[in-house]
Amino acid sequence: MYNFEMTRPSTIADAVKALQDEDAQALGGGQTLIPTLKQRLAMPSTLVSLTGIGEMRGVCMSDAGEVCVGGATPHAVVAREASAFPGLAALASHIGDPAVRNRGTVGGSLANNDPSACYPAAALASGATIITNAREIVADEYFQGMFTTALEEGEIITEVRFPVPEKSHYEKFVQPASRFALVGVMVAKYADGVRVAVTGASEEGVFRWAEAEAALNANFSADALDDLSLGGDDMISDLHGSGDYRAHLVKVMTGRAVSKAA
Amino acid sequence: MPKDNSTVEGGIGAATVRREDIRFLTGDGQYTDDIVLQGQTHAIFVRSDVANGVIKSIDTSAAEAMPGVLAVFTGEDFAEVGGNPAGWLINSRDGEPMKEPKRPVLAHGKVRHVGDAYAAVVAETKEQAMDAAAAVEVDIEELDAVTDMTSAIAGGGLVHDEIETNICFDWGWIEDNRAATDAAIKAAPHVTTLELVNNRLVPNAMEPRASTADYNKGTGEYTLYTTSQNPHLTRLLISAFVLGIPENKLRVVAPDVGGGFGSKIYHYGEEALVLAASKKLKRPVKWTSSRSEAFLTDAHGRDHVTKIELACEKDGTFIAFRTETLANVGAYLSNFSTVTPTFLHGTLMAGNYTVPNVYVNVKAVFTNTAPVDAYRGAGRPEATYSIERVVDMAARELGMDPIKIRRKNFIKPDQFPFASAAGLEYDSGNYDRQMDKLEVMIDRDGFSARRAESEKKGMLRGLGLNAYVEACGIAPSNLIGILGARVGLYDAATVRVNATGNLAVMVGAHSHGQGHETAFPQVVAEMLGIDPMSIEIVHGDTAKIPFGMGTYGSRSLAVCGSAVVRATEKIIVKAKKIAAHMLAAADTEIELRDGQFSVAGTNKSVSFGEVALKAYIPHQFPIEEIEPGLEETAFYDPANFTYPSGAYACEVELDPKTGKVTIERFAAADDFGNIINPMIVTGQVHGGIGQGIGQALIEQTAYDENGQLLSASYMDYAMPRADDLPFYQVNHDDGTPCTHNPLGVKGCGEAGAIASPASVVNAVIDAMQSGGKNVTHMDMPLTPSRVWEAMNAKGV
Repeated sequence: MYNFEMTRPSTIADAVKALQDEDAQALGGGQTLIPTLKQRLAMPSTLVSLTGIGEMRGVCMSDAGEVCVGGATPHAVVAREASAFPGLAALASHIGDPAVRNRGTVGGSLANNDPSACYPAAALASGATIITNAREIVADEYFQGMFTTALEEGEIITEVRFPVPEKSHYEKFVQPASRFALVGVMVAKYADGVRVAVTGASEEGVFRWAEAEAALNANFSADALDDLSLGGDDMISDLHGSGDYRAHLVKVMTGRAVSKAA
Repeated sequence: MPKDNSTVEGGIGAATVRREDIRFLTGDGQYTDDIVLQGQTHAIFVRSDVANGVIKSIDTSAAEAMPGVLAVFTGEDFAEVGGNPAGWLINSRDGEPMKEPKRPVLAHGKVRHVGDAYAAVVAETKEQAMDAAAAVEVDIEELDAVTDMTSAIAGGGLVHDEIETNICFDWGWIEDNRAATDAAIKAAPHVTTLELVNNRLVPNAMEPRASTADYNKGTGEYTLYTTSQNPHLTRLLISAFVLGIPENKLRVVAPDVGGGFGSKIYHYGEEALVLAASKKLKRPVKWTSSRSEAFLTDAHGRDHVTKIELACEKDGTFIAFRTETLANVGAYLSNFSTVTPTFLHGTLMAGNYTVPNVYVNVKAVFTNTAPVDAYRGAGRPEATYSIERVVDMAARELGMDPIKIRRKNFIKPDQFPFASAAGLEYDSGNYDRQMDKLEVMIDRDGFSARRAESEKKGMLRGLGLNAYVEACGIAPSNLIGILGARVGLYDAATVRVNATGNLAVMVGAHSHGQGHETAFPQVVAEMLGIDPMSIEIVHGDTAKIPFGMGTYGSRSLAVCGSAVVRATEKIIVKAKKIAAHMLAAADTEIELRDGQFSVAGTNKSVSFGEVALKAYIPHQFPIEEIEPGLEETAFYDPANFTYPSGAYACEVELDPKTGKVTIERFAAADDFGNIINPMIVTGQVHGGIGQGIGQALIEQTAYDENGQLLSASYMDYAMPRADDLPFYQVNHDDGTPCTHNPLGVKGCGEAGAIASPASVVNAVIDAMQSGGKNVTHMDMPLTPSRVWEAMNAKGV
């Protein structure tokens, strides 16, 4: 780790200001950034911790019936308090281990957009709105490929609003070493249609599986997927599984998510 | 000394809670990195990021000019000192000695694996040393890496130019049996052939390696604090081979050590570097490995590619085992790297069986990868896995029950001592009894119902089992000397009775998870009839203990424990003389019982404590017949290895949709001879099985074609976690005592890791076959993706 300054603002405005410094870096729960710093793979001048900002913490319901999660809310709090959206609460309760869940934040996860992270699947499958200090971004426009998002330099995720589905489930198949998602599939059924979001599998990061959504709109059951198949060419291929294996798992996990959706 | 005779509370056979765990669990352990010396400086190593290359130049001037930097070392600084040697000389089949390229303190001229250190920086702080390490400028001409053994043999680039080959040796065992074995296989009615890989493992001790050297310019004495399983051996290697520091000027201290599993047996260049740097700077120098460095530079384990053939009669009677193995030794010969794939592997290739013909060929191969050496089990896991996989396959081919085919060929209890066709004399065992126990533990009759339940859920279920026998308690010097060892393998202990009646027992075995501080006092307490808590074990310091060859090869209790017994026997002889004097009797009349020395047939007695006090306050003492004091040392060199054996079984559920294997049941029936502390033995078996399941299911060490380690962190290298493992059924009752050591004990530290992979793989193959998949073999680790690929391969 190289030396850096550390600041812990208590308002969003102060955080935004602090992030205007060149080489300043926002710090959420630090579950990715701190290991990166320890490896000396990043050299920020200042870390701007977002976890002391009260208005960015906590879970509540909006008037429109959305579950609203402050950007600096740890996974463990989401797991405990997002009971209105059981699929989301269950997803949060299986991220990493207890230490990760007590430190890692929803905003940090979505801003990093790791291709194997769980939250991007939840945000995309629920058509969530990502609220920043500057604007509102719909999930379909937010994710722009592995580790790439619509966020501008210095922009902070202050809140995420998740519309509550009628039924949902997140089915994760873990990579044996890291226990990140080798493939994770979130299925969410809304009055106006089914959304299926897949994490862990694609070279392009989280994505919606349109064919599965169409099939499930017609028939919300695992059998509806029988005739579908995904190609492995655009899937991640590594030590832990080929593209073909991941493509196969997407279908299996989607079917299981549909069967378990509640 | 069977446990039933125990009269001492907390003596032999007691499941005493490990006393050392209190400090480990409360953070009061003292590990090497916890030791902070006045004026301590910090070393950081500069390591190669290419697997094979010529060092054209190293410019250290910029690094030397940086803040806090005290010295920068390169391979040139150690060109004149010795290399780190291999501990065993192996001769090839043609009689030629093995190729033994020098392993320098720092790479000189060439780097040979990713992580090979070619320079080191010492600075006032660790951060300054890291900054300066990044400023060392090196020009390395990268060469094609040789990472695969087959291409290394076929004439890929050379790892060591000077030896003109990548083959270290081509060893045959037993060469005189080769022709007979070949002929037997040729004539056999049935031959089962299996090609398999014993996958490479990264050891991953919880505590990474660390070394701190402290040179005392006043006395010229060096102290090395280091994470070692055998401080005396480390001292010997540094003194006799590498730096030439006289043994009486070098003290090696291995304080609390957080696990070793073999990887801390060996002397590493970092130890020599900090010693030399401390001498130069006249200040203490510390280095602590990062986890990333550990992945790249700790000696890895296993990595065999094997073809094994089992020839048998149609009725399943074994006729011959023939094995051809390529063993990866990595870029340099680590200290035990040459004995592990040879004498610790080939001599076990008869297994538990009366098979008359065995022949083993092992070629050791240099590659541009981290050195490979002994890892928990060291050669015997490879032997057991090969034998027990091919036996299972033969049973399937012959349509025989896997238990019946094993029982048919087992050495029977009345055949011991048994001279195996692979050259060992097994002293004791009862393989059928272990299999009897196993059959009860696994509820085999209930398996079909459990399988039906799994199938209802869309899952497959498999049951796999295996037998094993291993040779441990590594010794005896006379035998291993003939086999090429360059050291002896005895051990030593000193029992010191203090004046106030408590004891310090200095042992050559080192404890880094084995529980010696609890188990050894149980033995001494039993013999003397005293409270085990009055006995302290002292280990891990060459200045405190008489000598020792350390802890590995499940040898601590069988070898060092025997030395403790011999030293304690000497204490008893002398204490009886003192007691006899105190009681005005002849020493032949003195009996020791429950800590009291009494004159036979009388009520006259003195306590152990009174005798101890008399020894140190020898008023009215027959000094012409008895020396004052009460302290005795013994060295013990056993007559043979010990031969633990047993039978293991694993029951798995397999999800055919994902390839995920879940271990539902696991049973281990072991014969460890007599048991000193059954709780510690159970813990050792549990840990060993955990490592064996890790190897079988998830641990995957992968290098790419450029010699980059792909699984170089816990993001990609899977270690077993609690939820990867089932609750084990473990039974080690009713063992057959070892016939040649005084306690009748056999080693228990490695058995779990040796025996468990075969049963896991046998179970998974059984599950696949039950699902209609014609998969007869797949290589470890059986990760979900690899299982799924095997089940969905063409023609399956």
